[in-house]
Amino acid sequence: MGSALKIDQLGLEFGDLTAVADFSLTVPEGSFVALTGPSGCGKTSILRAVAGLLPYQRGQIWLAGRQVLGPTGGVGMAFQQPSLLPWRTALENILLALEVSPVHKKTYRAAPKAGRAQARELLARVGLAEFENAYPRQLSGGMQQRVSLCRALIPEPGLLLLDEPFGALDAFTREELWGVVGELAAQTQCTVILVTHDLREAVHLADRVVVLRPRPGRISAELPIGLPRPRPLVEAYSDRTAHWLRELRQALDSGVGA
Amino acid sequence: MKNWWPPALVILAILIIWQIATVVFDVPPYILPSPAAVAGAFGTWGGVIFSHTLSTLWVSLAGFGLAVIFGISLGVWVGISPLAYRALYPVLLGFNSIPKVALVPVLVIWFGIGAPPAIITAFLISFFPILVNVALGISALEPALADVLKVLGASRLEVLTKVAWPQSLPHLFASLKVAVSLALVGAVISETMASQTGIGYLLVSASSRFEVDLVFAALVAVAVLGIALYAFFAWLEAKTTSWARDS
Repeated sequence: MGSALKIDQLGLEFGDLTAVADFSLTVPEGSFVALTGPSGCGKTSILRAVAGLLPYQRGQIWLAGRQVLGPTGGVGMAFQQPSLLPWRTALENILLALEVSPVHKKTYRAAPKAGRAQARELLARVGLAEFENAYPRQLSGGMQQRVSLCRALIPEPGLLLLDEPFGALDAFTREELWGVVGELAAQTQCTVILVTHDLREAVHLADRVVVLRPRPGRISAELPIGLPRPRPLVEAYSDRTAHWLRELRQALDSGVGA
Repeated sequence: MKNWWPPALVILAILIIWQIATVVFDVPPYILPSPAAVAGAFGTWGGVIFSHTLSTLWVSLAGFGLAVIFGISLGVWVGISPLAYRALYPVLLGFNSIPKVALVPVLVIWFGIGAPPAIITAFLISFFPILVNVALGISALEPALADVLKVLGASRLEVLTKVAWPQSLPHLFASLKVAVSLALVGAVISETMASQTGIGYLLVSASSRFEVDLVFAALVAVAVLGIALYAFFAWLEAKTTSWARDS
């Protein structure tokens, strides 16, 4: 199900400013990678380039064997803001993805019931089965973010890009959503790239954490997180996780001085 | 509508003070007729007032309808195209700065007197707020949402029809309330200057004959019409875009 991603010597420039230099990353199918690093290290720009939203000046990005030169389809994305349409119910917000997807819209128009059933199933998986007719304003921030994840996942993308999706949520809701994302990633076997400032989140969710340093953004360390799956929430506070958190902290500190 | 009584109380208070003042100060009816006299004028002239009000209503709505059609089409265009925005905005702004009363004589030269200049004045005066609000609503697409839509593969037309247009509806309906009141103002202004029908004409002809009670009755008729039109569009707004109020 997942798509392999290969980023080769990516360079991103905004006018005279080099935001990202010589960034290479290979993500195997179904793997979960977290990108972290201080502000200004180009995490979000890299993510946007992978999504095809940001043209890149140097290097190449390959997704499932095809070069990314614009929005490609086959990619799902969720941001810090859930960005739901306030006039649509939770279910209708998810169905928007099928309505506009170049790959799915014909099938969906021919058999809208199948699409609705699929959306309901996703809602049930994120624990919102009873909220399909609720409007965004009636949902909490965490619930809205779950709907946003469903919208990203319903076209069955090979790659899921998450740009600090839990950044605006309180600690308890965030931990709840770690579980949701972990399960969804395992069930769909989607390749996932998560941009986050939260080190525990990165360690808890990812197979591999990539540490970036700023000006220009480049890789300063890569940590393969050797924690078994599935990872229940207690694992986020285990000694093993603490070990990887220390490693990660050290990698970040050595990156800043360099 | 459980809070109908504060405005009703205010209206009642105004009428009572007005009535008492005209009696106590012995104001001659050709300066300021009492509310009772104005009510009497409605009794005497009811049919006439009604037919002129209907004429003004028709003219206002015709101008307003044109304003809705042109305001929405141009607003959508200006909203989606930054080039159209840059190109048209100064002209539209300059045009909007011209007092529409000043255009009535020109319109009379072009279209004669009667309904046409009144319809066009109503159109000109109510068109701009609709255009500005639609353009604003269409162009105010959240960057994160725009990214989501692009990643999902939405075409520009789909972004417009599924997101930008519904998103602009609260702005549109808010502007319709204002615009319909403006259209009424435009129609009445034009009628006072160049028409044989309508409330504007009635106002001028009644005042030239010093039938001040009829003048006031006509003013009341305009006010009631204005409130009714505003209330209708406020109701329509509440009905269609309730999602926008508490989100």
